[in-house]
Amino acid sequence: MDKVIIAENLSLAYSKDETIINKANFSIDSGSFVFITGASGSGKSTLLKSLYGSLKPIEGSLVVGGVELRGVANAKLNFLRKHLGIVFQDYKLVKEWTIEKNIMLPLIINGYEKSIIQSQVDSLLKHVRLKHQSGKYPLELSGGEQQRVAMARALAHNPILILADEPTGNLDDYSSQLIWNLLEGANEQLKTTVIVVTHHIPEAMKIEYKHYHIEFGDIHEVI
Amino acid sequence: MKSFKNHISLVIALVSILFSLQIFTIVDRSIDAYKENLAKNYSLVIVSQKTVQNKDMLNKIKELASIEELSPDSVIQKLNTGISQKNIELLKVTLPKFYKFKLKKYPTPAKLEKIKKLLLQYPYITKVETFSNTHDTTYKLLLLFKNVISVLAVLILLVTILLIFKELRIWQFKHYERMNIMGLFGAPTWLRSAVLFRLSIVDAFIAFGISFVVFSYFSSSIWIAEQFENIGISVVVFDKIYDSLLMLGVSIVVSILLASFIVLGHKEEV
Ligand SMILES: Nc1ncnc2c1ncn2[C@@H]1O[C@H](COP(=O)(O)OP(=O)(O)OP(=O)(O)O)[C@@H](O)[C@H]1O
Ligand SMILES: [Mg+2]
Repeated sequence: MDKVIIAENLSLAYSKDETIINKANFSIDSGSFVFITGASGSGKSTLLKSLYGSLKPIEGSLVVGGVELRGVANAKLNFLRKHLGIVFQDYKLVKEWTIEKNIMLPLIINGYEKSIIQSQVDSLLKHVRLKHQSGKYPLELSGGEQQRVAMARALAHNPILILADEPTGNLDDYSSQLIWNLLEGANEQLKTTVIVVTHHIPEAMKIEYKHYHIEFGDIHEVI
Repeated sequence: MKSFKNHISLVIALVSILFSLQIFTIVDRSIDAYKENLAKNYSLVIVSQKTVQNKDMLNKIKELASIEELSPDSVIQKLNTGISQKNIELLKVTLPKFYKFKLKKYPTPAKLEKIKKLLLQYPYITKVETFSNTHDTTYKLLLLFKNVISVLAVLILLVTILLIFKELRIWQFKHYERMNIMGLFGAPTWLRSAVLFRLSIVDAFIAFGISFVVFSYFSSSIWIAEQFENIGISVVVFDKIYDSLLMLGVSIVVSILLASFIVLGHKEEV
């Protein structure tokens, strides 16, 4: 099976004196659904940052979608990022844009046609139950609503890899289930690889998944 | 209101740059006009044993505008007491010739010295009077005036640059988040900074528009025309084509530079 992520001897750090991930080895099959768990501060968000190229490895190698991220050039990184769908732990919505425009962002970057963008955004807004809020600005929404906007944005351009950092962290059971259904749907129907950082793996998962745990700077699979 | 605030501070900075630029231009033009005026009223007096060949001289010394022979008649008239007509004719022949040399431009003291040396190389030219004392004073006064204005213009420019740097930091802060997020989704640099460049070009045009209106008004103001008339010069306060293009150019270049600084200085947060 194709590997969408291959990490060898991967070390991550923000400063020289403290490594967060230490010589980790793991690989992720293309089309799989992966949960990542770990205590607060263990390095889950840090690992995701390295997967979308914000934090470069200080040691070892990290290949995502065929692109070596250690010392990657900007143009190549932009190319990779166009095919990623990221839900950030702090959402990272553009405050001065309506939520509709926020969801359009990856579609605009990927150069989609106007009419396709509009219909895609309409259907996403419906899926995350925010149709009636489309003209509002992020700060006019609740935390959970902003999180759903971030989810819709990550799905908009049918990415090959979705990286979601606690996408249900602020949601009630009903909205959480909505998100899980969307992620499962993308994985099942579009064969999108999905990597989700979470504290609770939902009990009612309908599909097969893998589970990695981060502890003491190491990443290991939980079987 | 919000969009007005977005524009106002950069526009103010740009307008102050354009104002100091144009005022400097006007002063420069006034000084040139004044110099021309002085040149018109200024001349050297040359004493020569021989008739000076005007064409030759004008070709050899490029700074000369015209040569005019001074008639000795008035001097002779004064001596005209008890001298016979024949002797007067004789006197006329033996008397050296006097010439008034006009210059194209009001010369610097060094240039004046050079011209004098050149003239004295002719064996038949015996004396060159440059009236250098008066000349020096006038010239120094002019220089002083120009220097004072230059210092003022530099001061205004410094203050404006400070203003612009302050503006740069505000802009950096304001646009950072959006540019960062766009980058995380793989937007190329041009797309990330498109808004920034659009904003700065719009501001450049607004600043140009304001300066254009103000200086157009000045250039048609009777009061200002009178001031120049009083010192006997006429100056183009605002050339609607040449000055406009310069203003627009400077305005756009400065604001694009500003936006480029922000784009180049952008670093992704980790
Ligand atoms: N930008 C940063 N600069 C320096 N250190 C950082 C930065 N971000 C995170 N860290 C440190 O890295 C470690 C791991 O942080 P990380 O955000 O990856 O944790 P996490 O597993 O996502 O935790 P949580 O479940 O609370 O989100 C923490 O000790 C944190 O202090
Ligand atoms: Mg985290």
